[in-house]
Amino acid sequence: MPLYHNDDQAMLKDSVAPFVAEQAPVSHLRKLRDTADATGFSRDLWAQFTEMGLPGMLVPEAHGGLGMGHMEAGIVLEEIGRNLTPSPFLATSVGAVAALAKAGGTQAGRWLPAIASGEAIIALAIDEGAKHRPDRIATTATRAGNGFRLDGKKSFVLHGHVADMSIVAAKTDGGITLFAVPKDAKGVTADPRRLVDSSLASHVTLDGVEVDADAVIGEVDAGGEILDALLAATRTGAAAEMVGVGQGAMDMTVNYLKERKQFGKLIGEFQGLQHRAAHLYGEMEVARATVMKAQQLLDEGSEGAKLMVSVAKAKAGRAANLAVREGVQMHGGIGMTDEYDIGLYMKRDRALAEYMGDVHYHIDQVARMNGY
Amino acid sequence: MSNLDAFRTEVREWLEANCPAEMREPVRDEDDICWGGRKFKFKNAAQKAWLDACVAKGYTVPDWPKPYGGAGLTPEQTKILKQEMKRIKARSPLDSFGIWMLGPALLQFGTEEQKVHYLNPIARGEIRWCQGYSEPGSGSDLVSLQTFGEDKGDHWVVNGSKIWTSYADKADWIFCLVRTDKTNKYQGITFMLFDMESPGVTTKPILLISGNSPFCETFFDDLKVPKDQFVGEINRGWDVAKYLLGHEREMISGGGAGGDMVSIGGAFAKSFGKNAAGELDDPILRAEMAAFDVDVFAYRAMGERFMDMWKTGRAHPASSNMMKYVGTELNKRRHELVMSGGGSEALEWDSEETKGGARARGWLRTKANSIEGGTSEVMLNVIAKRILDLPGA
Repeated sequence: MPLYHNDDQAMLKDSVAPFVAEQAPVSHLRKLRDTADATGFSRDLWAQFTEMGLPGMLVPEAHGGLGMGHMEAGIVLEEIGRNLTPSPFLATSVGAVAALAKAGGTQAGRWLPAIASGEAIIALAIDEGAKHRPDRIATTATRAGNGFRLDGKKSFVLHGHVADMSIVAAKTDGGITLFAVPKDAKGVTADPRRLVDSSLASHVTLDGVEVDADAVIGEVDAGGEILDALLAATRTGAAAEMVGVGQGAMDMTVNYLKERKQFGKLIGEFQGLQHRAAHLYGEMEVARATVMKAQQLLDEGSEGAKLMVSVAKAKAGRAANLAVREGVQMHGGIGMTDEYDIGLYMKRDRALAEYMGDVHYHIDQVARMNGY
Repeated sequence: MSNLDAFRTEVREWLEANCPAEMREPVRDEDDICWGGRKFKFKNAAQKAWLDACVAKGYTVPDWPKPYGGAGLTPEQTKILKQEMKRIKARSPLDSFGIWMLGPALLQFGTEEQKVHYLNPIARGEIRWCQGYSEPGSGSDLVSLQTFGEDKGDHWVVNGSKIWTSYADKADWIFCLVRTDKTNKYQGITFMLFDMESPGVTTKPILLISGNSPFCETFFDDLKVPKDQFVGEINRGWDVAKYLLGHEREMISGGGAGGDMVSIGGAFAKSFGKNAAGELDDPILRAEMAAFDVDVFAYRAMGERFMDMWKTGRAHPASSNMMKYVGTELNKRRHELVMSGGGSEALEWDSEETKGGARARGWLRTKANSIEGGTSEVMLNVIAKRILDLPGA
């Protein structure tokens, strides 16, 4: 498969890009922020996403979805990134779907159709501390009656306070097990915090939460593989969104270089800025290719996907970070104002960079996967 | 079985029968490389047998038409031949600037007579070519070149000098940019071809920081060049030169720019030692190598995407400049890490254990990557102007 969008994918982009740009441009984020929106995203917009079939893109057709791949989901995520659109798409339609589709069984049958129909918002309760350490999960699931009892604390749970179901990773006797914990489960409290990018992420406390045995996603003790699928999909998706954030910031900045005059010249005429902009272009192109490669390998079910996913999250993280930093710097004083959008790009990049493992985490993973 | 499958079988059988075992060993020294030419001495019988077999089959230039010494293979067939050669680790039968550079220029701009006359000896490895582009006063600003050819009716009299002429002291012929009109900067250069044994040509090797001398200074004193020895049109040699530079960057972008595209940490872990946790036993070096590996794997994906897009006309025409810039900077970084990882051993300059200071010399050699074929700074200028459309660049 060549590493560019085929005709169908190009058509998808041609319909999604104007849709997101018109319905949810940066002003949409500002409106939610300035009205202190308590949901974290617009349900009206999610209904429009649903009309286009987007929430169920990755859901298998047998469960009412479109059965598409990560390459297609990445097209949507890039536009979400470019427009800084607050959306449950990444956690619900990419991360949760990857886990449920991998696991199959009762929970897949219960939730995948609800995701595809736009009815269900899903949260991913994986992290427990300030840093992403999925190998050190301390939340416990102990057998109680016919089911399990969950105890622990989760953090950085996007949409945790409004999700219809949370996928909770917990330690069981023989490994990791994933649980589908419904919204109304007793003993669950979600404490939403406003983050730097205006999104809402919750600290979730699980205090003796009792769930039935069939709340297990997949098999008991065998959640490691499902968690891996969830992480690979979400990381790749976050990387695609970062490519959108970085590209949006870069485009805005390159345009500014062609408009702003100082010393009687357009600042884009200065070689000091030209070279930095050209370097950034190269980094963004490489990041885009890397993310596409990770998407392709995931869609092919290739062995090499895991390495490339970490490479993509790290590379997209570096490139987008460069784009937003250069963006603010090259905008000069106005780059520091709330009125200009470039600062919002910097904020979203920071949040995405941290989500599901930062650059350093993934660089370390790359070293481990190469035997050092 | 498809035609291509049949072709693969045929190639496999042919290679099995014709590629000597010695030619399936990795290249260790410069003299393992067959450059051909009048002065070339084969290292052994196997090297000659491998060249002869490939020449007879047209496989030194498989995608050139048969009348010019090639095998007339389609792009798909050429790819299969390369895959099959790689599979058995076959060495390149013939390396040459004639194949890489002059050939494509002649195929694009040459007359039928020139193609037959010049391409066949290149394909057979009989004539070795060098490239006369840069001058002492014309590096990045190549078009300012001063070497002048005075029109004397049936010939030019050429005076001037070239620099960074790769292997000029070993080459038989040169393709050379010569000013033939002093009043027209861009349309006053002619792409000439002449024999390095012509009276008036002298070469002087340049000793580089690596201790090697792959480049020369080349001087022309009242050199006579017959008026039929040029490519394209008189005074329009810049078009040929630009085409060749583009071709060179495309070739570099196709895989050469990033150097050895494998995990550096993985290679070092074997020799460097690990701690109890199985990590490279130097946390900061490990981190730098891992960050480098991320960039290597990322660039590999970029290379794949670039070639997929380039071959199908989807790539921005200037994107090979980005590939050259990113790739060569990456390769320089690799060799900095190779030196750090090697420590004091890698400093040894001529010991047998270090294969004659291979690491140190290789490290120094890579510093030219971002200078030759267009500096990184020129690449960035081109990206700024042609891709980002920045003003006044």
